[in-house]
Amino acid sequence: MTRCSRTAAGGLAVLLLACALPSGLTAQALHVPYTTFTLPNGLKVIVHEDHSVPIVTVNTWYHVGSGDERPGRTGFAHLFEHLMFMGSQHVPTRQFDQLLEAAGADNNGSTTEDRTNYFEDGPTNALPLMLYLDADRMGFMLPEITAEKVDLQRGVVQNERRQSYENQPYGLAEENILRRLYPAGHAYSWPVIGSMADLSAATIEDVRQFSRTYYTPTNATMVIGGDVNPVAVRRLVERYFGDVARGPAVTRNQPPPVNLAADVYATLEDRVQLPRVYSAWHTARAFSADDAALSVLADVLASGKSSRLYRRLVYEMQIATQVSAYHDALKADGSFRLYATARPGHDLNEIQRVIGEEVRRIVETGPTVREVQRIINQTEAQFLDRMERVGSFGGKADQLAFYDYFVGTPDYFQADLDRYRRVTPADVQRVAREYLQRPRVVLSVVPQGRQELAATQPGGTR
Amino acid sequence: MNTLDLRALRGAVVLATGAGLVSLAPAGDLAAQALDRTRPPALGPAPTLRLPAVQTATLPNGLQLAVVEMHEVPVVDLTLILDAGAVADPADLPGLATFTANMLDEGAGQRSALQISEEAGFLGARLTTAAGFDAASVGLHVSKRQLGAALDLMADVVLRPTFADSEIARQRELRRTAILQQRDQPVAMAGIAFPAIVFGGVHPYGRPINGSEASTAALTRDRVVEFYQGYYRPGNAKLLIVGDITLIEARRLIAARFGAWQRGEPRATAPAAPVPAPAARTFYLVDKPGAAQSVIRIGHVGVARDNPDYFPLEVMNTILGGSFTSRLNQNLRETHGYTYGANSQFAMRRMAGPFQAGASVQSAKTDSSLIEFLQELRRIRDEAVPQAELDKAKAYIALGLPGNFETTSGAAAQFRDLLTYGLPLTYYNTYIQHINAVTAADVLRVARQYVNPDRFAVVVVGDRSQIEAGIRALNEGPISIRDLWGQEVR
Repeated sequence: MTRCSRTAAGGLAVLLLACALPSGLTAQALHVPYTTFTLPNGLKVIVHEDHSVPIVTVNTWYHVGSGDERPGRTGFAHLFEHLMFMGSQHVPTRQFDQLLEAAGADNNGSTTEDRTNYFEDGPTNALPLMLYLDADRMGFMLPEITAEKVDLQRGVVQNERRQSYENQPYGLAEENILRRLYPAGHAYSWPVIGSMADLSAATIEDVRQFSRTYYTPTNATMVIGGDVNPVAVRRLVERYFGDVARGPAVTRNQPPPVNLAADVYATLEDRVQLPRVYSAWHTARAFSADDAALSVLADVLASGKSSRLYRRLVYEMQIATQVSAYHDALKADGSFRLYATARPGHDLNEIQRVIGEEVRRIVETGPTVREVQRIINQTEAQFLDRMERVGSFGGKADQLAFYDYFVGTPDYFQADLDRYRRVTPADVQRVAREYLQRPRVVLSVVPQGRQELAATQPGGTR
Repeated sequence: MNTLDLRALRGAVVLATGAGLVSLAPAGDLAAQALDRTRPPALGPAPTLRLPAVQTATLPNGLQLAVVEMHEVPVVDLTLILDAGAVADPADLPGLATFTANMLDEGAGQRSALQISEEAGFLGARLTTAAGFDAASVGLHVSKRQLGAALDLMADVVLRPTFADSEIARQRELRRTAILQQRDQPVAMAGIAFPAIVFGGVHPYGRPINGSEASTAALTRDRVVEFYQGYYRPGNAKLLIVGDITLIEARRLIAARFGAWQRGEPRATAPAAPVPAPAARTFYLVDKPGAAQSVIRIGHVGVARDNPDYFPLEVMNTILGGSFTSRLNQNLRETHGYTYGANSQFAMRRMAGPFQAGASVQSAKTDSSLIEFLQELRRIRDEAVPQAELDKAKAYIALGLPGNFETTSGAAAQFRDLLTYGLPLTYYNTYIQHINAVTAADVLRVARQYVNPDRFAVVVVGDRSQIEAGIRALNEGPISIRDLWGQEVR
């Protein structure tokens, strides 16, 4: 297989010549060319040509996630996602997967706090089938929803919760952090998977309501990428989606900004060998001014063996088995997360003390130029890797839909990378000072019956 | 961001390639036809995939290079494949091969462990070291622009590892803790207990690939150095290079850094001990009190990668448990809702690896799930597969192929198998023909030959107090209580 040249002719894959960027990994700017159109019913379509391999991907984003759920029905957006594969008016149950596999195609879907997406990847000749199936479940699913289907996928999702959370060590930490980080009823105060009780409570009427409200052409963006001709794509999309009803406009409540008044300490017992301590701070939403610097801060602290916290906790002092940090940037809010696991015989308070020292060092003197540049270079390498794949989660099509929804510009690849390239040591120092000195949630996860191993609040009780 | 994927990992990785298997009617001009939603659209002919050529060269010291050019994104993906996998572990020291691989980047040349990590990061390079059963590997994924500097680092790691005592001690302690934490993870426990039971403690595939508590304590610099000097030799190595590079460039860059690698006398791995004769079907319970699910692994010794029935086995396994619409997943998940996903796979290695079917099922449905597993594993042997189901599986393998060659790391994974198992580099050119040739009779034949329910080891890691009575009541075989190492608990 020889892909086409990387120059621009005919909107081929991906990298266009641009001004030379001195410190970068390539001399080119990242560019993912696309065309776009919107059907009269409101469905926005983005088409990206990449003729390097004879494959096509269809990636549909519905602008609804667990953040649109209501208390008492947590986990519903994700349960609904599962129901989208259970057949629609013209596609009997199980045929969705059977038809795609028989055409050599893969498919999947995923749900986050902010959105739900669905993709099909396969040989180019499968495109009409993919659009036919996606149109049928967008426009004609409700008549086929039954209580039996809801019950079945409820069972599958409850087993997903068991497999991915309850039967995983530390798997219930996240929901315990969220409900302390956010006030009750806040859209981000529960995890995407939801609670067992709420999953059990979901009804077929909830499904109907949710579908009518959110699963409409106006609330979706569909990206078609790969070895395709945009004119032919448009004809096919019009054919299959043209008569899907428009549906009502979606109104979305913007959750108010949240702050903690004081540190919140909590302890969770789990079937684990070693205690772990989590910290979570409120920060800033995705693509806001401080988002990129917070992400760089997380990596300076805990990405790789030479990061500050790994070096001290794991390598030098050898009191922790691991340390991780990341900036969790959602559409309406963000949080900075940090956790470390104690080695046998070591103490969470010892770990917390070192974390405190290292955060203070960043606040007082900032990171070095070289540390920040390392993180930027690693980020740039990740962006470059993403240009290799058109389909699946995180491929170019998925990313076009992401940027379209989050910033309103599908080809935001270079602009996104530039946010990171502009981050300076002073920025990292500033956001550490601004956010990591605020009140936080501290959650200790300890072996069962070992509450005494939890981190203690300075000057307070456990 | 907290992302939930709809589907669990699918089953066995399927190798496939090439030009279209066309079983669907031509589309004609769809737009000219009236839309009839009651029937899915007929599809046109499937596209053909032109596979990239593999170019080869051998350095004077015996190091073999295989280069695959992919120029659309300026990145290069390298994999050094070494005949230094866990099959070479000495009998008294399981875990030595993986530990040696792990130690390569903990100090090398003039750089410390932290400096290697820092520099790789600064170059935006992904430098990895690992060992499986059949091979060890050093991987490098980097932008074309930083390739030279990153190769310097890779050469240090491969040729000049320091193996400092202080770093050995550090990594040994981390490994000791990781082994302790395996007890937290039922899936990891099953991953140790199942092969230990199927292969026994003598065969290398039955030993824990990352060692035990006792063998970890016995890891020393001398043992690591001895292993490294014996197996890390150019004659034992193949370097796969995929990406924005030509053979001439690659040869020049590699010769400059690996040309002085001493040929030495590469040690051949000893032939493995024979596999113990399989017992009659037995249920092995590994207790995990409080577990929300039971982790099930059902199987026995399977086949080697060079098995002449490779293609019928791939098709048979795709039908049984190798895709989302496979029988096991449709039954256990989509009919009964007992699990988030069920699958099966043949781990094909140099020697016969395990065949296993498995799922994580809710504890209260452990016995019900086992009934469904056994029913499907018998049915695949008892009845010929219907034509439509056979066609679907063959198309899924054959037409799904181009996607495997889309990225440099994806293509590298495909070609890496050829190099590891000594298959011809033109292997994928005829892959589709071989898949197309598989018949329902072939599927039945290989199911009967390679899946034997009378000899199953059924390993269940779960809450014994909740599940033992139900398993006993199945009356499908005796129960033996084991620990996570597969040893009998008295």
